[in-house]
Amino acid sequence: MARAITSQRKALNTALAWGVGLLIFFPILWTILTSFKTEAQAISDPPVFLFFDWTLENYSVVQERSNYGRFLWNSIIIAGGSTILGIIIAVPAAWSMAFVPSKRTKDILLWMLSTKMLPAVGVLYPIYLLFIKLGLLDTKIGLVIVLMLINLPIIVWMLYTYFKEIPGEILEAARMDGATLREEVLYILTPMAIPGIASTLLLNVILAWNEAFWTLNLTAAKAAPLTAFIASYSSPEGLFYAKLSAASTMAIAPILILGWFSQKQLVSGLTFGAVK
Amino acid sequence: MFAKYALGAATAISLIAAGSASAETITIATVNNGDMIRMQGLTDDFTAKTGHDVEWVTLEENVLRQRVTTDITTKGGQFDIMTIGMYETPIWGKNGWLVPLDDLPAEYDADDILPAMRGGLSVDGTLYAAPFYGESSMIMYRTDLMEKAGLEMPDAPTWEFVAEAARAMTDKDNGIYGICLRGKAGWGENMAFLTATANAFGARWFDENWQAQFDQPEWKETLEFYVNLMNDAGPPGASNNGFNENLSLFQQGKCGMWIDATVAASFVTNPNDSTVADKVGFALAPDTGKGKRGNWLWAWALGIPAGTQKTDAAKEFIQWATSKEYIELVAAKEGWANVPPGARTSLYEDPNYKDVPFARMTLESILSADPTNPTVDPVPYVGIQFAAIPEFAGIAGQVGQEFAAALAGQQSVDEALAKAQALTTDEMEAAGY
Repeated sequence: MARAITSQRKALNTALAWGVGLLIFFPILWTILTSFKTEAQAISDPPVFLFFDWTLENYSVVQERSNYGRFLWNSIIIAGGSTILGIIIAVPAAWSMAFVPSKRTKDILLWMLSTKMLPAVGVLYPIYLLFIKLGLLDTKIGLVIVLMLINLPIIVWMLYTYFKEIPGEILEAARMDGATLREEVLYILTPMAIPGIASTLLLNVILAWNEAFWTLNLTAAKAAPLTAFIASYSSPEGLFYAKLSAASTMAIAPILILGWFSQKQLVSGLTFGAVK
Repeated sequence: MFAKYALGAATAISLIAAGSASAETITIATVNNGDMIRMQGLTDDFTAKTGHDVEWVTLEENVLRQRVTTDITTKGGQFDIMTIGMYETPIWGKNGWLVPLDDLPAEYDADDILPAMRGGLSVDGTLYAAPFYGESSMIMYRTDLMEKAGLEMPDAPTWEFVAEAARAMTDKDNGIYGICLRGKAGWGENMAFLTATANAFGARWFDENWQAQFDQPEWKETLEFYVNLMNDAGPPGASNNGFNENLSLFQQGKCGMWIDATVAASFVTNPNDSTVADKVGFALAPDTGKGKRGNWLWAWALGIPAGTQKTDAAKEFIQWATSKEYIELVAAKEGWANVPPGARTSLYEDPNYKDVPFARMTLESILSADPTNPTVDPVPYVGIQFAAIPEFAGIAGQVGQEFAAALAGQQSVDEALAKAQALTTDEMEAAGY
């Protein structure tokens, strides 16, 4: 009897999870479907769901008109670079906060997070002027630095919570055995926190990949990533939804595939230590 | 010996100078409209003629505006040419943000630019951006549905006739709506249409002392007329419809009439996209007998931001893209219906262009628009579907929300006007008017 209730509840939970999952995925699915429609079908009322003449025309137009490879390459460098740089800076910071906390550690953590509460446009002009002075406008390195700084509080916070789960005694034992600080962080802490670091890495790649304020405002022709590629397909005078959807699908495809293959790591990292 | 060195050095310097002048790469910010896409495709012709390369940055219209404003105010120098409209050009020109285009060579024939366009893109007689293509607004209507309703569209109809025809053409059971008008909130969406229409009803945004006028009877008449007409003869969900949505409805044969940008004429008569391509007639935007028609004036123009290092190359590009030769180039490659319209007088004198069905009405619409004298009563601002002051975009964006809510039936016309009056008064006071 008890078994029956459990399996019934299980089925209910599964159905609920699928429902929520589909709801969240629906806009992406709709974008992908729209990318195969003609412009007239894309905007037709009532909307058509599956029964339309599927066409690849939008993809061929987008391929012809834009240099997708260049935008993709810029996105990879900017998202990857900013995440790796962020991790390199955040690992020592999170180590010190987790294992040698001071009176102010909690305050610093909160203060770091508070920088995320400032609307980005509030610092657009100061950063723009700095970028002009430093010659960083429309460069990949400039965006790597800005996106790293923006995501750094999240990276530190995530790593801090993962490191907290690791017993300090293990590090202590390593120290007793004569490990230097560098060895301790590199050979003891980091391998133990790999799932946590991996999920931090993935989440921040996704955040940096999708970032659309700074990447649009600090680039022109050379360093523009896929967000600018998408923005170029909106039109004030002329139908554009199908081509925009094709461009969007091409822009999210790499990250969608990356997320698909790494979802096991992502989930295990996000729930790391939760069931202990 | 010294002379020889000096000569050598001078030659070297002049060679470097010549080298840098002949091989610039200019960056152009633009929007994704059909004529601009065509221009991008023809860039090779410019490069072949001048040696300059071009990098395109295409952005969404509002992103573009914000992006180039940031760059221009900080003198960032990221763009050598920007695509801007008739709203920004006089404001930016006055601020000294744009390079004056008053030294274009004689063969460019700047006098050939349509006077209305030239006036709207100039400050005190100095041109600050060259029109790439221009537009007014006009009525596009279905000749077959008009005939079926037993009516005949005059060249210059009144709003009374348009409303009567719209109601007569409406056949909701078959998904035919007599009139499709903009309803989507935005200063460049519903407010462009409603501001222009209000002019025909004798309304105005501000009086001579910059006092908001939404509490005046003319505005009430305009908005009530519009809401009632759309309720009776407009498509469902009209408060979400902007230019593109109405274009799609018209192309699918669901609209009897559509009053919008003249540039849409080439879309609705293109048999590849439009199911009603051979059944479209054109007429001037309607009036109410008060002497003003609700037809606007707009230009997508090319301007050079002050602060660019490549002014000469940028000017060469503007001369190329807005020249008579460019029009001929497009005509040769893509046909006369696809040339950028509404910028040059000579285009409308060209016998080849006279066969294009919408050419005459486009020209008449543009010629009858007068941005310096847009309303029945005098106003302190320039502009037909906007007031060319920096505050307008922000205020009209909010007023547009109120008017869209009135169209959607979420509030009454009186409520919408009262809110519009209050918020406009507040914003203008805060801005120091």
